[in-house]
Amino acid sequence: MFQVRIHGRGGQGVVTAAELLSIAAFREGRYAQAFPSFGSERSGAPVVAYCRFDEKEIRLREPILAPDALVIQDPTLLHQVDLFAGLAREGYMLINTSRGFEALGLAEFVRGFRAERLCTVPATELALKHVGRPVPNAALLGGFAALTGRISLESVAAAIRDKFSGKISEGNAAAAAEAYEFVKSEARELSHAQAD
Amino acid sequence: MLKQIEGSRAVAEAVALSRPEVVCAYPISPQTHIVEALGEAVKSGALAPCEFINVESEFAAMSVAIGASAAGARAYTATASQGLLFMTEALFNASGLGLPIVMTVANRALGAPINIWNDHSDAMSQRDCGWIQLFAENNQEALDLHLQAFRLAEELSLPVMVCMDGFILTHAYERVDVPAQEQVDAYLPRFAPRQVLDPAEPVSIGAMVGPEAFMEVRYLAHAKQVQALELIPGWADEFRRAFGREAGGLMHTYRAEDAETIVVALGSVIGTIKDTVDELRAQGVGIGVVAITCFRPWPLAAVRAALVNARRVIVIEKTLAVGIGGIVSNNVRAALPGSGAAVYTVIAGLGGRAITKASLAKAFADAIAGRLEATTFLDLDRQVVERVLAREREVRRSGPIAEAVLKEIGPVAARPG
Repeated sequence: MFQVRIHGRGGQGVVTAAELLSIAAFREGRYAQAFPSFGSERSGAPVVAYCRFDEKEIRLREPILAPDALVIQDPTLLHQVDLFAGLAREGYMLINTSRGFEALGLAEFVRGFRAERLCTVPATELALKHVGRPVPNAALLGGFAALTGRISLESVAAAIRDKFSGKISEGNAAAAAEAYEFVKSEARELSHAQAD
Repeated sequence: MLKQIEGSRAVAEAVALSRPEVVCAYPISPQTHIVEALGEAVKSGALAPCEFINVESEFAAMSVAIGASAAGARAYTATASQGLLFMTEALFNASGLGLPIVMTVANRALGAPINIWNDHSDAMSQRDCGWIQLFAENNQEALDLHLQAFRLAEELSLPVMVCMDGFILTHAYERVDVPAQEQVDAYLPRFAPRQVLDPAEPVSIGAMVGPEAFMEVRYLAHAKQVQALELIPGWADEFRRAFGREAGGLMHTYRAEDAETIVVALGSVIGTIKDTVDELRAQGVGIGVVAITCFRPWPLAAVRAALVNARRVIVIEKTLAVGIGGIVSNNVRAALPGSGAAVYTVIAGLGGRAITKASLAKAFADAIAGRLEATTFLDLDRQVVERVLAREREVRRSGPIAEAVLKEIGPVAARPG
């Protein structure tokens, strides 16, 4: 089983991101479960959503306490919410920001993690460019596909087309594709740096 | 057809496939997405003929369902929490009159304190209102139980409440197999009411009944529910033959055959319990599960048979009967075979508190070691409770309790669970 926890704020499509990821996994023939951490919905309030996928039926209903991957849609949560709770050293981490881990003040924190499993991506900027609204969820899923290799970009795009239509669908798919390329190129740079 | 959809959407599709003729509803979280989807289906013409009636309250929703059902229409509504309480009087009328209404209850806590999250307080508060109560373990079963509910309701001429955990199931995206319209049509015949308000053959429904006959009418209500206990397993078999999967029935067991310890529960927590049991079984612990699907009527004989070899029974319940503790466990005690098995009541998940595998495993281990109290509260923050109680002893005007507890706990941002 692979477990993903997505943190963000009300209005950023956090719950939709988990749902899209579950649809993408379903399209690849897997069992998937997505659910929000329920609360009174308010724009800007911290929100958590979860997605699990597996080759067999998922019966577990507890929230994801030890995620394999963490997606952080809003870096302003870093000092408000215990975002990293339960994340193993082998875990993946994707943060929506145009800055790096050092600029976020996380350099010390991420030292024990595997560098190739950590990435930041300017998903809000990509969303503004392709969708015209600061909703970074789809772009982050493109980045997630590139970072983890657990889901294909094609499945993410297909899930976006399942859930949205018209220009919104196209824009989100384009944002996901560009984020995918961004994360892939970051990974290439990292592996070159490590080779040097 | 396999789909990856929200639980509410799956239920809305099941209801629409059942061809209700009247859907009346008043919105309340977490059932809202179900009736929203049905409203869209009626408006688009995908569900026709069907009248979607916006009402001014839950009391009106159930009253409209009663009128529609008495007029011979297949009637459906959905509610939760305070909404269910607000229709209480009408609930007793629907069952007392023997009207086969189907209703989804998207289980949610009851206030005060106000809380929109999941537990079973709402459905359990109405356990004796004369409705059949079915509890779904996952969204496939929620979908399947709705198809069965119309069948059961109309065969028995009794209303059926399908309970599904609010948010945990209603808002979860998971894989469901949605049957084709032809399959459902073959399974669910047109509604042929036992009683109907028909100008061509006038009758009255809802007679005033005095002491000379009231006992007999009530006895017949009880007898009918007891009769349902005999019929429901057969209908679950029929469902399996028609749709090729297990759903419904009175209860089912999981790894219970040789188990000294049996966990009894209802609803979505059964999934987490099954995973916990698998882990304990791998360690050699003899533990199994009795999963209750039908809570009313209470399947006394089936539960008794399932518990006959158990040395201890742990009931996980998402309700608190203030002043006594467990509700499901009291029903379980009534079914005990006289073997002297210990019954533990574990109150869990109230108001949306997450029920984790780790906490369940600890409670099960404590029970097996004889360390568990007869009634416990899973993951209760005892320090907070003690501080609030201490303050009450010290200060006369100690203030409102919910506010005192919140103050003790401090600010909570979105945290897992």
